[in-house]
Amino acid sequence: MSGVQLNDITKSYGAVNVIPPLNLSFDEGEFVVIVGPSGCGKSTTLRMIAGLEPVTSGSIHIAGKDVTWARPKERDIAMVFQSYALYPHMDVAGNMSFALRLAGTPKDEVEKRVKVAADMLELTEYLHRKPKDLSGGQRQRVAMGRAIVRDAYCFLFDEPLSNLDAKLRATMRTELAILHKKLDRTMVYVTHDQIEAMTMADRIVIMEKGNVQQVGSPREVYNNPKNLFVAGFIGSPSMNFLDAELQGAEPRIVGQGFDLALPPRLQQAVQNHGARNVVAGLRPEHFASTEAKGGTAESRFAPIALTVEVAEYIGSSQFLAANIGPKQVSAAIEVGPDSAPLQSGDYLFDTNRIYLFDKTTGEAVA
Amino acid sequence: MTDIPAHGTPTALKRPRDLSALVPYFFILPAVAIMLAGLVYPVIQAFYLSFYDWKIGTDFQDAPYVGLRHFTRMLTDENVWESIWVTLRFGFWTISIEMFLGVSLALLLEKPIRGASVFRTIFILPLMVSPVVVGLIWRYLFDARIGWINYYLGLIGIEPQVWLGDADLAFFAIVFTDIWQWTPFIFIIVIAGLQALPSEVLEASKIDGANWWQHILFVKLPMIRSILMIALLMRLIDVFRALEVMYILTGGGPGRSTELLSLHIYNRAFDTQQLGYASAISVLLIVIVTLLSLGILRMGNPMKDKSDI
Repeated sequence: MSGVQLNDITKSYGAVNVIPPLNLSFDEGEFVVIVGPSGCGKSTTLRMIAGLEPVTSGSIHIAGKDVTWARPKERDIAMVFQSYALYPHMDVAGNMSFALRLAGTPKDEVEKRVKVAADMLELTEYLHRKPKDLSGGQRQRVAMGRAIVRDAYCFLFDEPLSNLDAKLRATMRTELAILHKKLDRTMVYVTHDQIEAMTMADRIVIMEKGNVQQVGSPREVYNNPKNLFVAGFIGSPSMNFLDAELQGAEPRIVGQGFDLALPPRLQQAVQNHGARNVVAGLRPEHFASTEAKGGTAESRFAPIALTVEVAEYIGSSQFLAANIGPKQVSAAIEVGPDSAPLQSGDYLFDTNRIYLFDKTTGEAVA
Repeated sequence: MTDIPAHGTPTALKRPRDLSALVPYFFILPAVAIMLAGLVYPVIQAFYLSFYDWKIGTDFQDAPYVGLRHFTRMLTDENVWESIWVTLRFGFWTISIEMFLGVSLALLLEKPIRGASVFRTIFILPLMVSPVVVGLIWRYLFDARIGWINYYLGLIGIEPQVWLGDADLAFFAIVFTDIWQWTPFIFIIVIAGLQALPSEVLEASKIDGANWWQHILFVKLPMIRSILMIALLMRLIDVFRALEVMYILTGGGPGRSTELLSLHIYNRAFDTQQLGYASAISVLLIVIVTLLSLGILRMGNPMKDKSDI
């Protein structure tokens, strides 16, 4: 079996159990992003794959080989760190070639590989500079170059973009995705930023407190979040949660300040589930203005009243900080760039996009 | 139309002179004053004295001006050259062994292993002992008749040695004592440097496949290079200043076998009472130390070499 497998791995520090038994399997060539808030165990998991942190129990297989107790260098991995972790006393070429030189690779082969990686990352003209003479983005690329020249079986990334400014981060995201296509290697990427996860991953692993909450493609975790945690974590701005009760023979969700009909698919689901009290999840981007949709002409749009506190203009849409009944929510309304600040009043919500969660368990109802 | 209303006519207000700009200088004044009094004044004074032939107990007004005669005399003074040679040999052996031991021990004890912190504390004790006490302790330890060293050597069947009475053994004794006292200094500086190294860089080297030896040689030591340079520089300056321990331990003897330059200067000034000539040799000492320091700084400027990662 190829790829990377984590079988029942656990990690404890003394009596504190950080990772309960964890099972994950990554396919060969897959780009997997492990995402979660700080302290969820994602970095620890990555470090256990790298061999920088011993597992307490369980086993790790890379490319079919049991590497649970192998040293980092015996695992055929390359790693990019958050702080880049460049060797300050070596120039760019020295940093990139260090692993190859240690492995005793012939000199011309080392030069060739460094050149290919430098070309790929547009670092050729900086090969003889020290890290301290490079910008943050360039250092980041050197760190990647160091991983690329290794031609390892598996690449590990530990929040590699979090020290970059927003614009550079977006560029590097794209470059990384391109790099993955070119190299076609298994990549495991850890981040707390769900945008990075959504944009780059083949599959996303969402972790909380050491537990895997959901594993799935970006579309799956966005469209079918398994529970309240995933629903709240994936998506930007975050999903709004409203306490609601199911009422009527053709169930509607009713709460303070709203009363929304459910589409047949959800009606069926809630009837099967049987719960009366639910949490309704409304994503900000699924609100719309009445003008845009020509009133309630489309049956899937239901009216909902918003008391607007602040309308933030961002060009093609406006972000609203508003209230539904007593509950503060956010909404992203698509309007023309010349539109006036949006006011309180009736808006629409796409009922096909309502998420329902069991109030006691937090699990998705539908 | 650029009429300015009459009431708006700007009057050149005289700004009170801003004294707050001088505040920082007041704050550094005490430090500067102490430095001038304690450091610059004696240097200038030594330089000044080196042009006079002044003996202790006579009035300085009576001391004859001799120009550069002390300096020309120094050039052919075998005793001066001999003490420089002793100092260089002493410096070479002590500093190389101290650096080797200090760095090795720091590398071994850097990890939080059980007992390491206790050992670290015990190990730095010699640093806290005043040089005079160090001299006295080792004088008793090296004593030919009642010293512990001869006693323990006797237990394993080695004849008692006249440690401080034989030229080679006395030189060994001052080197040994210096190593005992100053290895902890290197150890402390290096261990602080090692512990401040960013852990991710060290982990990167493990992932890159460095073994224990390569890890130390290619990553750790180069990364603390500036710290090693500072330690080397400070030890070098200290070697030329070292006086108390040797003064008590051997007094420069037997013969002149352990007479370091600083001790030679002291003996000239207070034994033979040639204050002017001693001052001239001090000037030479300052020149030597300055040149050596510049040489080390050229090898790697510790201040400039600092990388921000």
